[in-house]
Amino acid sequence: MNKVSDDISKDLKDQPKFTTDIGEKDQDHHSFDLGEQTTLKKIQHFLHGNPTIVPVIILILSVIAFGFIAGGKFFSAFNLSLIVQQVTIVGILAAAQTLIILTAGIDLSVAAMMVLASVFMGKLSVEMGVPTLPAIAVGFISGIATGAFNGLLVTRLRLPPFIVTLGTWNIFFALVIFFTGSQSIRSSDIEVNAPLLHFWGERINLGGFVFTYGAFLMIGIFVFLWFLLNKTAWGRHVYAIGDDKEAAELSGIRTDRMLVSIYAVAGLVVAIGAWVSIGRVGSVSPTSFYEGNLDSITAVVIGGTSLFGGRGTIIGSLFGALIVGVFSSGLSIAGLDVLWQRFALGCLIIVAVGIDQWIRKVSA
Amino acid sequence: MDKKGLSVMQPVLVAKKLSKKYGKVVALDSADLELYPGEVLGVIGDNGAGKSTLIKVLCGAVIPDSGEILLDGKNVTFTSPIEARKLGIETVYQNLALSPALSITDNMFLGREIRQKGFMGSFLKFLDKKAMADEARKRLSDLGLLTIQNINQLVETLSGGQRQGVAVARATSFGTKVVIMDEPTAALGVKESRRVLELIGEVRSRGIPIILISHNMPHVFEVADRIHIHRLGTRLCVIDPKKHEMSDAVAYMTGAKQPPQN
Repeated sequence: MNKVSDDISKDLKDQPKFTTDIGEKDQDHHSFDLGEQTTLKKIQHFLHGNPTIVPVIILILSVIAFGFIAGGKFFSAFNLSLIVQQVTIVGILAAAQTLIILTAGIDLSVAAMMVLASVFMGKLSVEMGVPTLPAIAVGFISGIATGAFNGLLVTRLRLPPFIVTLGTWNIFFALVIFFTGSQSIRSSDIEVNAPLLHFWGERINLGGFVFTYGAFLMIGIFVFLWFLLNKTAWGRHVYAIGDDKEAAELSGIRTDRMLVSIYAVAGLVVAIGAWVSIGRVGSVSPTSFYEGNLDSITAVVIGGTSLFGGRGTIIGSLFGALIVGVFSSGLSIAGLDVLWQRFALGCLIIVAVGIDQWIRKVSA
Repeated sequence: MDKKGLSVMQPVLVAKKLSKKYGKVVALDSADLELYPGEVLGVIGDNGAGKSTLIKVLCGAVIPDSGEILLDGKNVTFTSPIEARKLGIETVYQNLALSPALSITDNMFLGREIRQKGFMGSFLKFLDKKAMADEARKRLSDLGLLTIQNINQLVETLSGGQRQGVAVARATSFGTKVVIMDEPTAALGVKESRRVLELIGEVRSRGIPIILISHNMPHVFEVADRIHIHRLGTRLCVIDPKKHEMSDAVAYMTGAKQPPQN
């Protein structure tokens, strides 16, 4: 026993005194580390601090590449504005999806939620004679309610979001079929009874570029969510929960309540998307946007948001959606079969997740 | 701090006859603890002695079966770490409970953010990032942690000791009465451990008492004013590190030697 204690005292004596034995400079571990970095490490660090740079570079490179491959046709004002129009709905879904993925969750039900909300809007205003604005409000409530429902299942039953939303995707889809009887609401009927539902599909011409109002609304949603995520405590808490839920809880954040509110906000964004989608498609079809769930996840992942939560930017998802649009448009103008568009998109997803994993290793 | 001084002073935190059973296992058997103003109380004990249960009860993570806790002489009860924190008992967890992907400022104010004044804050709920950054910088420099250059640096880019510093700065920033530190040097190297020990001294010099749980005897003996030795679910004795050897403490802890009668 005494020998052990002697050893301990000796150890204690041998430990260097921090301030006297070790110089001021050595105390700064961080800058010390930075001194020995290779170029690759520097890039890794840079990307780690600026995760949105990757999708921006991919977007610029793909635009240039398709400019060469597909020629002037790709760069025409008509085509470029068509790309923006085409990504509007997936972009809005991706905005909602980003909120969920930032919390380390995933939402497979966003597109079904959107179609359900659009069914409420169309059904009530066109077939049941409800004034359009209240019908839209019901659609919004449907979006918030279905989102909050997902959130409640995730927090109360402690089920993984993947499983919860896999279930609700089917439930919401079944509800859509139940309410519509598999019948579409025709565009001409909407035009007569509730033209307001087509509002976001209206086009304006800006020097050859044709934009729908919906495209501007999509940008507006992204800007709004950017402020929410970066300038408010609510937004900081979204990141904190995704980063380390337990730490967030110990910091005094009511994580369960936060999660329900995040899913509900995502549901509201999806419901706005529902209104825009009626303008974009014209009709309300129960079977539309069947791939919207996965497309939105694709846009978020390509946009640099980590599936493990806590990392990523909302604007990245906008770039992600645009990249998908540029790829589809460029490849089809270049005359490639649809199968190769899917092939390219698949490669892009794997590369994006690979880059994310690499960037995340930076601190290890 | 001599004995006479202690008897005059009122303890900040008192635990009386705390008991906690898990099934048939008695984790706490009528355990007592006193923490006096401005002191560092080391808590040591063998594995399974119940010291982590004691600490969890004090920080609100475990609810005791019986016994009471007095803070500033008043009886308090809490059912979660958040409630304990509201009363002024802050805990620096072994895993620090920081969010690595957020900045130092964000972490320090997580759950207690400062909003902008006027319309921007009350209606739009915008954060006052500048006020938070200034405050965070001030807290860190008060604790002598100015080696951190950029207050908006992400926590994951910091070294282990610097992270500990951020966690301690956070724990001592909000009207704190008691800081509980759980194994603060366990994951750190020699240099960084020294820095954390200095940090503990810094917090003490600002009048905030600390309960320090550690397996590292030299560290406890270096910074603690008194050492609470826990054995078989209860307080065995409290010793003065200046009058006892480390080997004695180990012997009391393991039951190899009878504790001093005091």
